[in-house]
Amino acid sequence: MKRLIMTAFAVAILSSAAYADTIKIGVIGPFSGPFALQGKNFKAGIDAWLAVNGNEIGGNDIQIVYRDVPQADPAQSKSLAQELIVREGVQYLAGFYFTPDAMAATPLLQQGNVPMVVMNAATSSIVTASPYVVRTSFTMWQNTTPIAKVAKDQGVTKVITLVSDYGPGIDAENAFKAAFEKEGGQVVEAIRMPLSTNDFAPLMQRVKDSGAEALFSFLPSGPPTLAFVKAYNDNGLKAAGIKFFATGDLTPESDLPALGDAALGLTTTYHYAVSHDSPENKAFVAAAQKAIGNPAELTFPAVGAYDGMYVISRMIEATGGKKDAKKAIEAVKGLAWTSPRGPVAIDPESRHITQNVYLREVAKDESGKYINKEIQTFEKQGDPGLAFVKK
Amino acid sequence: MQTVFSIAVDALAYGMVLFVISIGLSVTMGLMRVVNLAHGAFAMIGGYLASYAARDLGLGYAAGILVAVVGTVIIAIPIERLLYRRLYGATELTQVLMTIGITFCVIGITNFIFGPTLKTIPLPPALQGSVDLGFRSIAAHRLFAIVCGLIVAAALWFLIERTAFGIRLRAAVDNAAMAAALGVRTEIVYAVSFAVAIGLAALGGVLGAELLPVEPYYALRYMVTFLVVVSVGGAGSIPGALLACLLLGAIDTTGRYLAPEYGEFFFYLAVIVIVTLFPRGLLGRSK
Repeated sequence: MKRLIMTAFAVAILSSAAYADTIKIGVIGPFSGPFALQGKNFKAGIDAWLAVNGNEIGGNDIQIVYRDVPQADPAQSKSLAQELIVREGVQYLAGFYFTPDAMAATPLLQQGNVPMVVMNAATSSIVTASPYVVRTSFTMWQNTTPIAKVAKDQGVTKVITLVSDYGPGIDAENAFKAAFEKEGGQVVEAIRMPLSTNDFAPLMQRVKDSGAEALFSFLPSGPPTLAFVKAYNDNGLKAAGIKFFATGDLTPESDLPALGDAALGLTTTYHYAVSHDSPENKAFVAAAQKAIGNPAELTFPAVGAYDGMYVISRMIEATGGKKDAKKAIEAVKGLAWTSPRGPVAIDPESRHITQNVYLREVAKDESGKYINKEIQTFEKQGDPGLAFVKK
Repeated sequence: MQTVFSIAVDALAYGMVLFVISIGLSVTMGLMRVVNLAHGAFAMIGGYLASYAARDLGLGYAAGILVAVVGTVIIAIPIERLLYRRLYGATELTQVLMTIGITFCVIGITNFIFGPTLKTIPLPPALQGSVDLGFRSIAAHRLFAIVCGLIVAAALWFLIERTAFGIRLRAAVDNAAMAAALGVRTEIVYAVSFAVAIGLAALGGVLGAELLPVEPYYALRYMVTFLVVVSVGGAGSIPGALLACLLLGAIDTTGRYLAPEYGEFFFYLAVIVIVTLFPRGLLGRSK
């Protein structure tokens, strides 16, 4: 009897597969643990895309298979990617919040015949690791370079940099230094702070003593950014007229309510603000806020995931639902569309996204909500960091 | 000279914040002999309650502190009766496993109820902004934390060394069976000291929130620092914990100012040296 039921099941599954293919997309990200908020944003972006565009691409059903890597863990990421390709039979790999996780999975792509769509990890070198990688997020270099120009335009010539002492922080430091020196400015001191730093008062005192006119900073979004911004205010740097420049990682929308008035007036450059004024973004935000549950939690990884889904949908259309990584990647090279963040394109050379980078200022909107208000646009920014990737 | 003063002020402020949060742990570990890895979880619960009372209900900062301390103690009482009571006198491994389990449960529950984003505790106008000390400015809130730390240290020392309750507590710790035979109701003594320790954790969670923001992983993120303070100061010693906090605060702050690229190297180097020279901590009592 049992066997009969099993056979019936198997027949049912096989016959249903015959008229509508189910295409599986494996998404790896931090869905639990300290970075669960970012994973939640991945999921919100993907759900928003499915809600707007439906669950079917070119007659094929789409199924998303999530796998959790709570913290940067390349070994786990690789084994989960392998499991997704071999056991689950996914046609696409996507997600990846941390650079090491994305890097670890790249050697599997060619043999697995699977393209990878990176929805966040922001080190320039990832796209060079395999020809089957496409990225729809940003890089540290891409977001940092414009702020050096902003600093120069405001008449600042001496800057001190403070970055978290790990990969992306060092990328930010190098990017700022390269861009600022090109503009004719001078980086008087470059401080690297341990990731576990929670008291920034001594560092702020050092900034004050250094004689710099402004500070440039990068910290990954999370609890320390709050203490960092508070230390900037409380130690009298703001009052002393020392300007504050950073990438948008310091002021993600999910942290703004906590930062409160302390963050007002901070200027950052970034590729996406939830408050971006366009019909595409309004539609995206409405869908994504519904998907995430609590609107205050929506922030940048969601848009990377949303655009990642768009890229995958075009890949599925181009290959007719067949597993063909090469054809899929070729199909999206040079692909241009209007994303919630503005006009974007996949650079055919690097397979990284070319996009506008915005200068924003933390402000209050009419309803008293803190937002990143866009005040200047740097159009069609590529990734300057690629030139510095060690071959 | 100005640099020295400047570092000293930062070190004092940082050390006192550490002291307020860690002293409760020193009480549970030293006086009650329970390795309470859930200490950070209780500090976090305090932070959440204060944030909820002060920000969402708009009751203000002082009421927030009160709600945090009383509320956390109320939450902790059933936990003490049902779980911790079994741990008194148990092996350290059992204590560690039980309390780390409690920590993970608390993280999961707070993540579910309050979500993963940061929660802040709005400061009253008097504590906002900074105070000019002549040679530099310092956040007004830090001065408040320094004062609170000193008051807590003095009050605790008085409670343990100068009151009848303190005598009973020390007796119960040294020899529970003998103390009970002499008419000391040890379970009440333990319950009260546990409540005091938890109340201090909650107070520390609120006072330290400007430096260590409240979010679900607070419970684990700073636990190592708290444990280091207790082991360096000597478990159960109030002056020891104070000394350890000031010393570690000074070393950490100086290192961060003069050589940030070394990270926490100097902090942990100092810990290794101190623990090697004083295995029971700076002012720990021999068993």
